[in-house]
Parts: sequence; structure tokens; C-alpha cells
Amino acid sequence: MDANASANQALNLGKGDTPLLELVGVTKAFPSIVANNDVSLSVFSGEIHAVLGENGAGKSTLMKLIYGVLAPDSGQIRWQGQDVAIGAPAQARSLGIGMVFQHFSLLESLTVAENISLTMPGETPRGLEERIAEIGGRFGLPIDPRALVHSLSVGQRQRVEIVRCLLQRPRLLIMDEPTSVLPPTGIPALFETIRRLASDGCAILFISHKLEEIRALCQRATVMRGGRVIATVRPAEETNETLARLMIGRDIPTAARRPPRPATTPALQLRNLDYQPADPFGTTLKNIDLTVRPGEIVGIAGVSGNGQRELAAVLSGEATLPRAMRDSLSIAGARCGDWGADKRRRLGLAFVPEERNGRGAVPEMSLTKNSLLTAHRFGMVRRGMIAFAQVRAYAEACIKDMDVRCSGPGAEARSLSGGNLQKFIIGREIGLKPKVLIVSQPTWGVDVGAAATIRRRIIELRDSGTAVLAISDELEELLEIADRIHVIFRGRLSPSLVREEADGALIGGYMTGGFVGGHDARTAVTA
Amino acid sequence: MTRTPWTIEPRLGGAGRSVLIAPVAAMSVTVLIGAAITSSLGVSPLRALYFLYIAPFSTLFNFGEVLLKTAPLLLIAQALAIGFRAKIWNVGGEGQLILGAIGGSLLPIFFNDSDSMLMLPGMIALGMTCGMLWAAIAAWLRVRFNANEILVTLMLNSIALQLLYYLVSGPLRDSTGYNFPQSVQFPDSAMLPLLITGTRLNASLLVGLAATAFAWFFVERSMIGYKLEVGGAAPNAARYAGFSETHAVWLSLLIGGAAAGLAGVFEVAGPLGQLQRVVSPGYGFAAIIVAFLGGLNPLGILFAAVFVAVIFVGGDISQTSAGVPYAVNTILQGVLLVSYIAARLFVDYRVRLRAPLRFERAQLQWRH
Repeated sequence: MDANASANQALNLGKGDTPLLELVGVTKAFPSIVANNDVSLSVFSGEIHAVLGENGAGKSTLMKLIYGVLAPDSGQIRWQGQDVAIGAPAQARSLGIGMVFQHFSLLESLTVAENISLTMPGETPRGLEERIAEIGGRFGLPIDPRALVHSLSVGQRQRVEIVRCLLQRPRLLIMDEPTSVLPPTGIPALFETIRRLASDGCAILFISHKLEEIRALCQRATVMRGGRVIATVRPAEETNETLARLMIGRDIPTAARRPPRPATTPALQLRNLDYQPADPFGTTLKNIDLTVRPGEIVGIAGVSGNGQRELAAVLSGEATLPRAMRDSLSIAGARCGDWGADKRRRLGLAFVPEERNGRGAVPEMSLTKNSLLTAHRFGMVRRGMIAFAQVRAYAEACIKDMDVRCSGPGAEARSLSGGNLQKFIIGREIGLKPKVLIVSQPTWGVDVGAAATIRRRIIELRDSGTAVLAISDELEELLEIADRIHVIFRGRLSPSLVREEADGALIGGYMTGGFVGGHDARTAVTA
Repeated sequence: MTRTPWTIEPRLGGAGRSVLIAPVAAMSVTVLIGAAITSSLGVSPLRALYFLYIAPFSTLFNFGEVLLKTAPLLLIAQALAIGFRAKIWNVGGEGQLILGAIGGSLLPIFFNDSDSMLMLPGMIALGMTCGMLWAAIAAWLRVRFNANEILVTLMLNSIALQLLYYLVSGPLRDSTGYNFPQSVQFPDSAMLPLLITGTRLNASLLVGLAATAFAWFFVERSMIGYKLEVGGAAPNAARYAGFSETHAVWLSLLIGGAAAGLAGVFEVAGPLGQLQRVVSPGYGFAAIIVAFLGGLNPLGILFAAVFVAVIFVGGDISQTSAGVPYAVNTILQGVLLVSYIAARLFVDYRVRLRAPLRFERAQLQWRH
């Protein structure tokens, strides 16, 4: 750990010599993998400290050890210089450690103040309103304590989670990939909040794999790979390339792309689609026209919650249209609006949903059995009986092809990290050699190296003549892979912009409703 | 909010050997509680243990009784387990069995002097159809109106029983039978062949074993079984793949109804030989316990069915030899289910004492 020690010395951070939190030689092993191997880390008061690593590098395990969800097998955790055993999250909170999770735990039908009061025994929602407003004002987190959570955007919900943590007056705040749920426009405000917290003396552990953000925000970064700490660096002095090399141990492959050569006949077409979802909190789709031709990638950008989820469900067949609207959707020339998912897949449709566990894969089942989920049509079933040798071979091919890190085709889907499971699902769907591939949030929570692989494979699939529709909250991703981009706003789809004319300002305007005539545009959503 | 001093968390991985722990623990608890209850009724504990669990194996006849009762349990439990894996809760095995018994009785009652070779096959076909129709009511209500199948199948049990009471006291009653509420005796052509002379064990056991083999292939190897399993484990994944929930509901309930109906035919065509007011000592309910005790696994269910059959026969023997009330039988089935569910909690989850909340204590907890 020479690098670690010298970086600490050079930085000379913090108030006094004692770190607020120090981990020394912490090891945590699971039956199949050593998730943290001899990990040492120190965080000082007022410091914004990044933990950087690919999926499966051990970041989540490390945070669970600090937050008391898991106990280390060996090694010490020191809080203000004293050894502690953090047996439960409640204990971590009482020490002064707060955590903002990637996935929120808010009840949609309650107000902000009611949600917060649930985790603060002895407090009434009314009594909390003032403190919520005060904390919000101090740290740049404006939030209406009486707003019902279902009416809030993702960014606003994140603020609720942060405020909930801040009410406990934490000395250390752990933030797990906080920017992954935000639109680009929401990120500066979050960074401002984090900086104010740090200048107030709170230490921040910022978990991310987005290199630019870490370089812009963090004073030190601990880079993890394969469960070990590889280095502790000052991100401001690094480039994206040097950080990525530390993180994945090699250079990032860049996606080489040739200009698209789309065919003329559309492979996927929506004509004048209106759709009202069954979910009362869902977004109604209005008057959507969309064409995707073989050999092109069309991107759907937009702030999350503007109808992406509903659009994906209508296209995949998880939601079907009434028979009268059969003609609104055609796939590979067949009018199939009222067909179910299975029938549409027989037309050559493949789909990668945004939820991996429980939708794209069955958590309790092996990767072999998860291959069967959508690939069963490919010679894996004979006279109703499953040919497991073929299924296993398919799973093995996906694992090899996409470099999925797992113990083999027998591994349960839930034992894989989110990014690795995503690679497996994408590999499975690409292996179907689809005519149309719809992929929702292709690289959500996926590390840089894996994301590059996924994007490269999507472009290769396009070059082989597949029509690809990519729905993503990450605008940079769409600008990298898509040939044309639509923006979705309140269930309406903007005109498409070809790659060359799609710049940030124009799309940013579209994302807040700039393409919609009339009154909708004036009440644009701000995240 | 009250805060319990413990918390439970799932145990991940290492499922291998632990699958046997819960059923073995539940069976051990049942054996001990059975002895405790019986001895509290004035029978010495050793005698109680003997009557309940050893006597069923003591003579060829008794063992034949165990296997005779294993057959319907096996048949129904295998079918219910298929539905349970798909999270479709058919608890109407008892009613479907009764309908099967009624349907199976029609041919021998109305063609009482027939010695046709087609008698048994006809009874089986009619009985299974009636069981399926009874289950189809629940399937249709679930699919059409999203009516909860647990409630519907459970209530249909009571309706089936009343229907049976009506039929055996009226339309299907033996007109020369001194007004006893039972049908005529079946002709020989309507009776199942015996397997071992000196016992009442009949060919239904072979059908139960065949159903076990079929269930194993269905669950482990067939695409339909896989689709049902996905629907139970992750409904959104089933929707994503386009596996129809409607099909799963229909299939699960119809398989259950067919198997229970068949078991009903085997009761009237086996030990009973006629349609009576009581055609089952609760096989349809006990099969639910068998399915869970066997871990919803076809091989596990085979062993669980034998064990529950032993409780049935042991209960009968305790009643006749030691005057223990028949209710002990029902109590033991309840104990078995509850202790199995409790044991599963401890196998699937670990209970951890929570660290105290207060800050000072948290700091004072030194490692090692």
C-alpha cells in the first residue's frame, strides 16, 4: 500500500491527524468470492472521497461493511481512532454515518414529511416540516414537505432521501451512485449540495464509476479492482484514461462506428399511438410516431418518468393494445399491436428491460435456466422437453461472448453483480439474432469497461442489419451510439434529430418540452 | 414503532444438504408431540410411540394400509405441488376428490350388473372430468374476475361435501339399502385389482408412483413446467418472456382437479366399494401438508406422503387399541405443517441479535 500511504501524506488532508473513518486490512469473503481483500481506506472530516471501481470490484460490499449491514471477517474499522464493531445500520447511524442508497425507499402515497417521519421515531410530520425546509435551504435542497411523493421527479425524490439522512446530522454520508438517477441538468445542483455539506465538516464517501464526475468533485479517490485497493489518487491530477486504466487494468476499448446504412422498409413502426397505462401513476403516451429501419440505431432521450417505461412495455408486448389498435404497431411488417410478448418475439423482436433481476432474469434460477427464458425457441425444446445440453451451451456462449464474471452457467442470476447480469441479458438477447432489438437503459449501473463492450456489441448488431431502439436516460450514451435521436417528454415524442444535428442545447430544450406547441411547454418538468 | 432485539436475514447460497433439515426437524417434532399428547391421555409414552409410529409397520396388513393411504396423498400432492410452484394455491383438493368420487360412482351405480372391461376406464375418465370441472370453476373465476383461488377452492370444498350429502341421501341412494345414506355396492368390474393378498392395498399405489415419475419429468424437464415455475418465481419475468398467466392458472388448477378426481375414483373403487357420506378422511387437505413437507419436490413428496400416511394409520390404531380420540390425527397433521413452516424459517433465514442502539454501547463494543 505504498501508493496509498504516499498519497495520504502528500494530501495532508483533514482536521488533525486522526481520520474520521479508517479501515485497516478489512477482508470479507463470501462462499464463492472474496469481495474485499485486505482493504484499507481513510476518510477525513470535510473530505469528498470517491470509491471508484467496476461492478463487482467490491464497492458495495465495502459500503455494507461500513454501514453495518455486513460484518468483516478480519481487519479493523476505526471511528475517530477507536476500533468499533458496527453490528447494524441503526448503530452506524448512531455513530453518525448516513447512507443514500441508489434505490429509494419512499412510499408514494405519503407526503415528504410523512415519509421522513417514518424513520424518525417520536417525530410528527408536522413537527418535521420546518426542519426539512431549513435543511433544504441550507444545503440547496428545495423540497416541499407536504408534496406527495408520487408527484415528485426522481431528482426530487433523491433530495428527500438526502434530507432524511441530513436530519440525523451525519458526520459521514455515503452516497451510492447518486448521479445515476439524475438527468444531466440535475447533476450540478447535487454537486453544489455535496460541496456545501463538505464545507460544513461532513465527510462524503461518493461511490461512482463516472470518471468525469469524480474528477470534478472529489479530493481523493480510492480505486478498487477485484476486491483490492489498487491505488489512492487525487482525481484532479488524473485524466479519464489514467483513472480508467487503474480501474479496469487496461485501456478502454472505444466503439468504432461506421456510418449507418439503413434499409428502406421499417422493421419497427409506431403509427399515431395513444396509450393509457393501467398504472394510475404511469404516463399516458400521446400521438407517437416512430420508425426504426434495419441497420440503424434510434435513441429515445428524456428525463426519466416521461413515458419511457410505458413505451418500452407497449413495444415489448408486456402491455398489449386493444384489437382495434392492432395497426398502430408493426414489427417486421406484421401488424401486431394486440399480440403478446411471445408472439412478437417470434417475429424477431428481442428486448432488454431496465430491471434485470425479476424481469430480465429470474433471480433464483441459474444462468442456464435464464437462457431458456427467451432463447427456448432455438432448438432447446424437443417435444415439450428441455434439451439442457443445448441450453447450457447457449448460456456458456453468452458468458464467454460478453465476458460475464460468474462461477459458470450454474450460477444463480441473483449472485451476479448488476453489471454482469446486464451483460448476460444483453448477450442472451443479441444471441437471438433479432430483427429488432429494443434496449432500455443499456448501461445503467454498468462500469466503464462493460459499458463500452455493450455499446460496441449494439453497434455491431446494427451493422449486421438489426433495427435497434435504445431508450436511455444518459444523453452521452445516446450521442455515442444512436444514428437518430427522439426526445420523449410527458408521453409525447419529439421529431427525430439525426446524429450530426443533435447537440446538447437543442436536446436539452426538447427534454423540457421545447418541441411541444401550446401550454404543455410552459409547465416544463424540472428535475 | 417497537424495535425487536433480533432481526432475520436470508441465508444465501449453500442450499445443498440443508433441504433435508426442515422436513426431518418437523417430523421429529411431530413424533415427540404425538407421544406427548397421547401419553397425556393416559397411555404410557412408549406405548403411544409404538401405536402411532411402529404399529403401522408391524404387520403386513397394517403396512398395506399405510401404502393404501399413501396412494391418494401422493397423487394429489404431486399435482398440487405443480401449482404451488407456480404460486397458484389450489386448496380445494378435498372438494375435487369428492367430485371425482361422485363422477366415478355414476357408471357402477347405473350399470350395476355390468361386467364390461370399460367400466374402470370409464369411471376414471368421468371422475377426473368431474374433478377438473370443479377446479375449473375456480380457474374461470380467477381468470375472468381475478377472484382469489384460495378462497374459491376452499369454499368449493364445503359445497362439494353438501352436494355429496344430497346425492347419497337422494338420487344416488341404494333404494334397497334400508335408507342408509349410501349407494349400491359396486360390481367387481368396478373395483381396482388388489396388489397383495391379505391387505387392502390396490393398484392405486402404482398410479401414485407413476404420477411421481411424471411429476418429476414435468417439473425438471418439460418446457411447460419451466414456464409455470418462472410464473411463480418472478411474474414480471414471465410477462417479459410472454408466458401467459392465464394458461398457468388453468393448467395448475386442471392438473390438481384431475389428480384429486382420480384419487376420489380410487377411494370408491378401492377400500369403499360404494359411494358413502365419507369418501375421504381429509386426503385433499393432508396433501397440502405433504406437498410442503416434501419441499414441493417430486421425490421429497414421495417420502412425505408415506410419513403422513403413517400418521393416519397410527392414529387409527391408537384409536382402536388405546382409545385415543381420532382428533389426535388432525392435531398431528397441524403440528407437522406448523413445525415445517417454522423450521423453514430457520433454514432459509438466520436470526441475529441486534446490537444495542445507544451510541456509548456502540463505541464500547471492541472487536476481539
